[in-house]
Amino acid sequence: MLVQFIQRAMMQGIPLLLGSTGEIITEKAGHLNLGIPGIMYVGSISGVIGSFIYETSVGPQNLNPVLAVLIPLLSSIFGSLVMGLIYCVLTVTLRANQNVTGLALTTFGVGFGNFFGGSLIKLVDSEMPSITLSATSNIFRTTLPFADKLGVIGDLFFSYSFLVYVAIIIALVASWILSRTRIGLHLRAVGENPATADAAGINVNRYKYTATCLGSVIAGLGGLYYVMDYANGIWSNDAFGDRGWLAVAIVIFALWRPHISIIGSFLFGGLFILYNYVSVPGAGIEVQELFKMVPYVVTLIVLIFTSMRDKRENQPPQSLGLSYFREER
Amino acid sequence: MAEVPAIELINITKTFGEVVANKDICLTVNRGEILSILGENGSGKTTLMNMISGIYYPDYGEIKIDGKAVEIRSPKDAFKHKIGMIHQHFKLVDVFSAAENIVLGLKEEGRFSLAKSITKIEAIASLYGFEIDPKKKIYDMSVSEKQAVEIIKVLYRGADILILDEPTAVLTPQETQRLFSILRRMKKDGKAIIIITHKLHEVVAISDRVSVLRKGEYVGTLKTKETNELELTEMMVGKKVDLNIERKEPVNTKDRLIVAGLRYKNREGVKVLRNVSFTAKAGEILGIAGIAGSGQRELLEAIAGLRRLDSGEIIYNNPKTELQEDLRNKTPMEIRELGVRLSFVPEDRLGMGLVGNMDIIDNMMLRSYRKGKSAFLERKAPKDLAEQIIEELEVVTPNASTPVRRLSGGNVQKVLVGREIAASPTVLMAAYPVRGLDINSSYTIYNLLNKQKENGVAVIFVGEDLDVLVELCDRIVVLSSGKVSGIIDGRNTTKEEIGLLMTKEFTEDKKKKKGGTKE
Amino acid sequence: MRFHIVKRDQLVWWKSWGVRILSVIVGLLVSALVTVVLTGDNPIQVFATMVDGAFGTERRLWTLGQGIAILLCISLAVTPAFKMRFWNIGAEGQALMGGFAAATCMLFLGDKMPTGILLCVIAVSSILAGAIWALIPAYFKARFGTNETLFTLMMNYIAIQIISFFVYKWSNPVGSGKIGVINPDTRAGWFPIIAGKTYLLNILIVAVLTIAMFIYLKYSKHGYEIAVVGESENTARYIGIDVKRVILRTMFLSGALCGITGFLLVCGTDHTITRETIAGRGFTAIMVSWLAKFNPIFMIITSFLLVFFEKGATQISTQFGLNDSFSEIITGIIIFFIIGSEFFLNYKLKRDEKKGVAK
Repeated sequence: MLVQFIQRAMMQGIPLLLGSTGEIITEKAGHLNLGIPGIMYVGSISGVIGSFIYETSVGPQNLNPVLAVLIPLLSSIFGSLVMGLIYCVLTVTLRANQNVTGLALTTFGVGFGNFFGGSLIKLVDSEMPSITLSATSNIFRTTLPFADKLGVIGDLFFSYSFLVYVAIIIALVASWILSRTRIGLHLRAVGENPATADAAGINVNRYKYTATCLGSVIAGLGGLYYVMDYANGIWSNDAFGDRGWLAVAIVIFALWRPHISIIGSFLFGGLFILYNYVSVPGAGIEVQELFKMVPYVVTLIVLIFTSMRDKRENQPPQSLGLSYFREER
Repeated sequence: MAEVPAIELINITKTFGEVVANKDICLTVNRGEILSILGENGSGKTTLMNMISGIYYPDYGEIKIDGKAVEIRSPKDAFKHKIGMIHQHFKLVDVFSAAENIVLGLKEEGRFSLAKSITKIEAIASLYGFEIDPKKKIYDMSVSEKQAVEIIKVLYRGADILILDEPTAVLTPQETQRLFSILRRMKKDGKAIIIITHKLHEVVAISDRVSVLRKGEYVGTLKTKETNELELTEMMVGKKVDLNIERKEPVNTKDRLIVAGLRYKNREGVKVLRNVSFTAKAGEILGIAGIAGSGQRELLEAIAGLRRLDSGEIIYNNPKTELQEDLRNKTPMEIRELGVRLSFVPEDRLGMGLVGNMDIIDNMMLRSYRKGKSAFLERKAPKDLAEQIIEELEVVTPNASTPVRRLSGGNVQKVLVGREIAASPTVLMAAYPVRGLDINSSYTIYNLLNKQKENGVAVIFVGEDLDVLVELCDRIVVLSSGKVSGIIDGRNTTKEEIGLLMTKEFTEDKKKKKGGTKE
Repeated sequence: MRFHIVKRDQLVWWKSWGVRILSVIVGLLVSALVTVVLTGDNPIQVFATMVDGAFGTERRLWTLGQGIAILLCISLAVTPAFKMRFWNIGAEGQALMGGFAAATCMLFLGDKMPTGILLCVIAVSSILAGAIWALIPAYFKARFGTNETLFTLMMNYIAIQIISFFVYKWSNPVGSGKIGVINPDTRAGWFPIIAGKTYLLNILIVAVLTIAMFIYLKYSKHGYEIAVVGESENTARYIGIDVKRVILRTMFLSGALCGITGFLLVCGTDHTITRETIAGRGFTAIMVSWLAKFNPIFMIITSFLLVFFEKGATQISTQFGLNDSFSEIITGIIIFFIIGSEFFLNYKLKRDEKKGVAK
């Protein structure tokens, strides 16, 4: 039961991890992208559309495993990339208010996801309000062949599909790049003080664009993972829920460090599903709802404590949320 | 030495909205030469230099480097042409270390390694005698350390055209000398150096030639050897101005504000004020001198009720009630409610004294909006006051409903000082009230302060220009590293005496530290 | 030919509104294009459908008015906070708590007092509930400088879970997971119908609030203090404004108005409470307020625009067999264009002149 809980917690945590890693990279460039929840929806539905087209055109039995992974993956990347670009054009080039743009992007993205999700559901005319892509999902969920022979260790560490490892690797690589490489140094400079970065010859807008779009793509993969893996290939409208906001919360929890966000995501994933495993005697189903509250409360506590301790290294990037204009006077 | 032009500017023009910052500027700097660019504040020196370093882009004109026309669209382009600029406002990332800041933006060969860079930085530092720790975070550094980082940053990049924007404003005389010797060494290396300043004696001391700008326009270039301070001043100002500040003997002085034993630690735990005591008298101007960051700002803000002190007393002798009030750790509101008429012209005009996006009328209201019991604002009186100040102080503005952000520096200051004086204070504190102002505006401010003194106000004047302090103030408190290193009579002192006092604590501290390491 | 960007002086009002209207038109054209691609119908018909969806019948007109009133109310709520540069994106949660307080009162006090008094009690408790929910982040912001954007965002989800909890706990019929219409027979705590119009009272209340907010922000001392704190905290401290107090007071007001929104939704419209009662309006409000440059009078226009698109697009989706989320796509597209157009109000592109000296 504990092993199963940890497994589920990790799986629950992966969309959060991808979302928060994407948001950290974006925020390090000085952009608070509140469009991440919308982007994750788009990443998710784009993958669904890609795989839906592929599955219906060749039939679920005849899937080529490489294509079955590649097509949804690429369509997901494309979808979230377009979202990232919209955000960049508005906030970087046109210097629009980031909060407003982000929220509009989330409205748009969630609407986009539900609209096309709904349309596909209508198209297949199924009884349930959902689309099922089990064949593609099965390929996505292929695990390492030797995992089940390793007992508990295997279950805990090797029983997951490739996207899980991809997510963890992305987070670790992001962490390494941010703290140990020249690119990371430049990116952090852009987010802390773009005027300084600019004066140092760093192409501020290029960094902002690259980081924000890359962040969007990574976050979008979180949406793809959710539908293809966690939800067994079943898309239903609004099922992804508020995970995007939880990902934004983890960024704070992780103090803008992707490697901490790995732990944070699994912890939050665990908290998110805790209600399934804890039974309070005499309590009804409503208690679940209180358990779902815990991650948000924990984030608040972290937020409050870091602001109270006021350590320079643990604060948000200094110019987070501000547009940069070189000739500002 | 043959004159080899390193950089030439031809007919450079730049406008911001309707403001012409530079108009048809032509300049040449040769290799192995130090050129001073002299001009009052607002004459367009910094804008011009920003165009060479790629921060701004000229509207018209041409820049030539080594005789070839080049296009400098970004700081990157500037680096390509080995142009390095040391800005007046440091461009450093606070949470980064010195080394991280120095290598920022570079694309060195091979793998990224801070350790390698640190070795190189230390080599440069020891060559020129800088004392810096490459691993120290910028937010832990003093102003002069930050400047050292900026200079090393440019040297690290192998710049051979260097632009220094008012580099000495934050330095002690000794540090200035050290900087000048570094600059001379670089000049011998064949580097072309442009130094922006408005301190004439520095121009004479360091440069080979001087180019003068006035109100965004090019006035002319002279060989330093063939000119003198008077001629330069005339070129800079455009007409002869009386350099003497009128100073009357104080009459009827009374102790107005007695400051005793102030101690203050800032957020980082640094002792900024260390047992500061002095008395400000009604009817005199008390100057406060010191290197930038010696505690002047904290001192004034503490008196104004903006900072909580660790210990000490601020006693105010109320002329009306003859009562003594302790102002320590009272909020500005509480101070006003005690009937203390304390006016304060802060250093940061648009960040503290005024609201840039509000118009002049609304800025007048900052001090007076609370008047009356009504929950609503009364805009008539502030409007009259705004118009009165515009007229009396000759503020150049389209009208009273113009946002102050759009006014020039001198006019902004007139609005601020005008408002503070309109409150008919008994104590008037002014921090660097003429910084960034042209000579005429500066004199307007000096006259206003003198008038307040004659009216029996206790004026506290924090200044950086020692010439002005010596000519304007009746007494001068010298701060050094947060301590009072001397209180001297403004009539019987010299700049040199003040300069020595300014660095007194500083040098003593260093001696102590050195002694400590030896043991 | 190359361009560079320069900041421009303030545009005259008709030019700036021209740019905004143009952006809406372009946004509409793009939306029409999208709609045509998805439905294959002629775009004029699509626009006609939108207008029909918003103004087509008297009922639709009233729903439109009601929608505008609610959105405007919650937008008024966030505005003083934004003017203070306090990014209150927790209006959703604050309004939900207000609605929750209203629903609770209706459930438990419905049969204990006459409706007039009940409505007063409900109003006060809604205001307090919304205000308290806003004061929590405000306190931490004032005391420790805790980032309010993230704090208020989290508070939304905490509020949603609290409501979820009670919706399950008090569900009627038991186990349905819904509270259902409260007091359907006695109508206790329901807004009275004025002049035969269900939503008239809602609209009147919001109209009064709009004018009051306009006056408050522009002519009151409080409004002035909010503006000073928003522009520069240092200046505020320098002139002796108690910044913490202003933050708390303004957020109390912001939360209180959110509470009123919840009250209007529960007592004046839905007569029930769910997780979805506010339906994202707390976020839409941010756009309404920002697009109107925090001016309550302009907010009437911007909230009208957003509600019109929502109603119009919903009509398109029913008429052409698309699903409801279509309106979010259309709204998103148009907002992108409006947001983007702000750039042209503040900056202009300048063509680089031919360089160098003649010959």
